[in-house]
Amino acid sequence: MNIPFLKTDALPFCKGCGHDLIAKNTTRALEKLGFNPLDVIMVTDIGCHGIIDKCLNTHTVHGLHGRSSALGAGITFGMEEPGKKVIVFIGDGGSTIGLQHLMEASRLNLNMTVVVHDNFLYGMTGGQTSGLTPHGFNTTTSRDGNPFFGYDICALAHTAGASYISRVMGIGDISDKLAVAFSTKGFSLVEVLEICPSYGMKLNPRRKLSEIAESSGKEMGEWLNQRPPFSPQQGRKSENLLEKVDPIAPKFKSYLKKTTSIILSGSAGEGVQLAANVLCKAAMRSGLSITQKGSYPVTVGVGFSTAEVNLSPREIHFHGIAVPDMVVVTSADGLAHNKQRIAKMQGGFLFIDESLEVPPTGAEVICHDFRGMGARNASIFSVFFLALKTGIISTESLFKTIEEEGLSEKLPVAKIKEALVA
Amino acid sequence: MQEKTKGNRVLIDGSRLMIEALARAGADAFIGYPITPANLLYQYGSQRLKLMLPAPDEITTLQWMSGLSATGQLPVTATSFPGFALMLESINMAYMMELPMVIILVQRLGPATGTATCGAQGDLLLLRGMISGAHPIPVLATADFNDCWDLAAKAAEVAINLRTPVVLLTSKEEVMTQKSFDMGTLAKVIPVERKHYDLECEYKSYKPTDFVPDFLPVTQNKHQVRLNASTHDQTGILQHSNEESMANTRRLEEKVIQRMKSHYYYSLDEQKGAKKLIVAYGITSSAALDATEMLRNNGDKVSLLIPRTLIPTPAFYRELMMKHERVVIAEENINHQFGKLLFGENTPANVAFVGSLGKMISPEEIMKEVTA
Ligand code: SF4
Ligand SMILES: [Mg+2]
Repeated sequence: MNIPFLKTDALPFCKGCGHDLIAKNTTRALEKLGFNPLDVIMVTDIGCHGIIDKCLNTHTVHGLHGRSSALGAGITFGMEEPGKKVIVFIGDGGSTIGLQHLMEASRLNLNMTVVVHDNFLYGMTGGQTSGLTPHGFNTTTSRDGNPFFGYDICALAHTAGASYISRVMGIGDISDKLAVAFSTKGFSLVEVLEICPSYGMKLNPRRKLSEIAESSGKEMGEWLNQRPPFSPQQGRKSENLLEKVDPIAPKFKSYLKKTTSIILSGSAGEGVQLAANVLCKAAMRSGLSITQKGSYPVTVGVGFSTAEVNLSPREIHFHGIAVPDMVVVTSADGLAHNKQRIAKMQGGFLFIDESLEVPPTGAEVICHDFRGMGARNASIFSVFFLALKTGIISTESLFKTIEEEGLSEKLPVAKIKEALVA
Repeated sequence: MQEKTKGNRVLIDGSRLMIEALARAGADAFIGYPITPANLLYQYGSQRLKLMLPAPDEITTLQWMSGLSATGQLPVTATSFPGFALMLESINMAYMMELPMVIILVQRLGPATGTATCGAQGDLLLLRGMISGAHPIPVLATADFNDCWDLAAKAAEVAINLRTPVVLLTSKEEVMTQKSFDMGTLAKVIPVERKHYDLECEYKSYKPTDFVPDFLPVTQNKHQVRLNASTHDQTGILQHSNEESMANTRRLEEKVIQRMKSHYYYSLDEQKGAKKLIVAYGITSSAALDATEMLRNNGDKVSLLIPRTLIPTPAFYRELMMKHERVVIAEENINHQFGKLLFGENTPANVAFVGSLGKMISPEEIMKEVTA
């Protein structure tokens, strides 16, 4: 039994409206192509054309104003079965509200067809000017003629990469022309020109559709791009996110009794975040709990780079650091970024490169030549130095971390060992 | 506080746990676009889920998700206020069409672009009113790394079983900070079973069973599916405001209220004889945990409530607060949004607030208010 696409021939549009012609020719084209109604997903936009839904035996999806081509696109991404067809009905208004969506569907060359019902104005809302309204065309919001020129929606879709685009006069039997679009692999767009009798004809008496099309440069025709249609990302690897997260077992001892907050502050490109990461992993190898976060300017390659670390023999909940217990400063950028917090310190340690001026602080100040190891190594060296001076974790745990994390090539282990002995 | 086993400890961030749990629960696709502080989620989503689509903008993100959802897939995205604001109309669409999806909202400091790399808890009241008609949309808030795992899976479950978009609410500090974490504490995630309508008799896209309509994807060809963002009847056909369509809109509200009753998530650490209660959700719960512990060590008796289901809001939260002599609600905003959600403008005399702008609330600030 063949189920018809339309439940009725009496469609709910004003007398003479081109939407009627488009709807009937769409279903005729689909029938000619041998589709069953339930193999077709009709996505309709907001506008008079959208009230066709209830007359259709296809699946129907009725979305938001301008967004239906993106909604239809979403459906195509999820369609694994061949032999299905997504068709979007949209008006001239909706097509510019959601212009980005049309461009994106063209660029990705998604398997779907968009039928633009171009009657040069917003019909349902009262005849207002749209982005496709031709120059000089009267609308309820531009009674002396549209002062602006309209988009060439076909040219835009063509430039964006759609497989097939056509502009069709909405007169007579256009089902074959629609069928070409519907059977295209990849994205197709058909702009059907029509006049809205209720607003367009009334406001532009004596003007003919063909004359409007010609004078506004809306040339009939077909435009093609030879591009492959979208194909699903087959064979994409899905990676278990926990697989490569290796457990870090405690092998060393730490005598840390209370939660200790440490700030490492230096310059971008000087390995501050990596040094903090080595510190944290060594702390975990020493049986401690840790938290680590970084902050740096949005332009990650310049300026300061700060890492905030908490170490604790117990589980850490709150990880904010108002006044740190220890601060390590290895560059002028790093000093500038943390001056305020250093000033608030009433105790603890400030480790600072000897090239820098010591800022006001209540912390015990330890100056050392960190940058002598080379700017890139100043931060990692400072972490070893801090471990040695404070004893919160052992330098062995740091060396082991570098080894086990595969960082021995990257970091100057031998030089650090030498410097520590000195 | 109990020390956990140390054999399985890793250094990890909450974003990784969230995406992995969502994938295990049945999420199929991540639709993303870059926004700080949700970028880690985007990165992990692209590595983990079967389908990854880089959307050109926020509205497209939600529209693509809706389309995918209509085909029976469970899509996920992650964003922050600036992007979320642009998604609003489309989330309303998905809510009205009853399309399952998970939206991770990583809060950052506003208004507008505000400070992209500064955390905040400023979006709760927006969430409460974000559906036109103020119908509730499920909002689950993570309080720790175990929540990043458990609640992410629950979000997928709620989305599918209630046929609705779900907001998984978190904030910058929860998804970007690395912490040592015991993987042994993670529960097994059971994939959410997706049931499709399988009867021969007529299918109506919005005919409910226990408030939720049976689902069928638009890719099958046994029954006609009609999805509609406009006011519609049970068949999914647009109606102005007739009895059937109004009943359908009412059902959307009732669905979330009734069916979320089996998804009330919170933890209550009651101390015997305590007349004081600390309440904190999201990022502030870590400070509340420390404050509770320190107060108890000082000999103060205090209980702690960490709400996780924020919307719809269990009446139990209010009832519990009314049973205490002093209640301190702590959240990272300056207008006490959770308090307003519970009490409107009429805060009971026993309820006090600790707020903050541009920085995390510390345990000491909460303690000070509790003992004031
Ligand atoms: S208002 Fe215009 S576009 Fe709408 S149905 Fe009537 S004639 Fe067609
Ligand atoms: Mg129009």
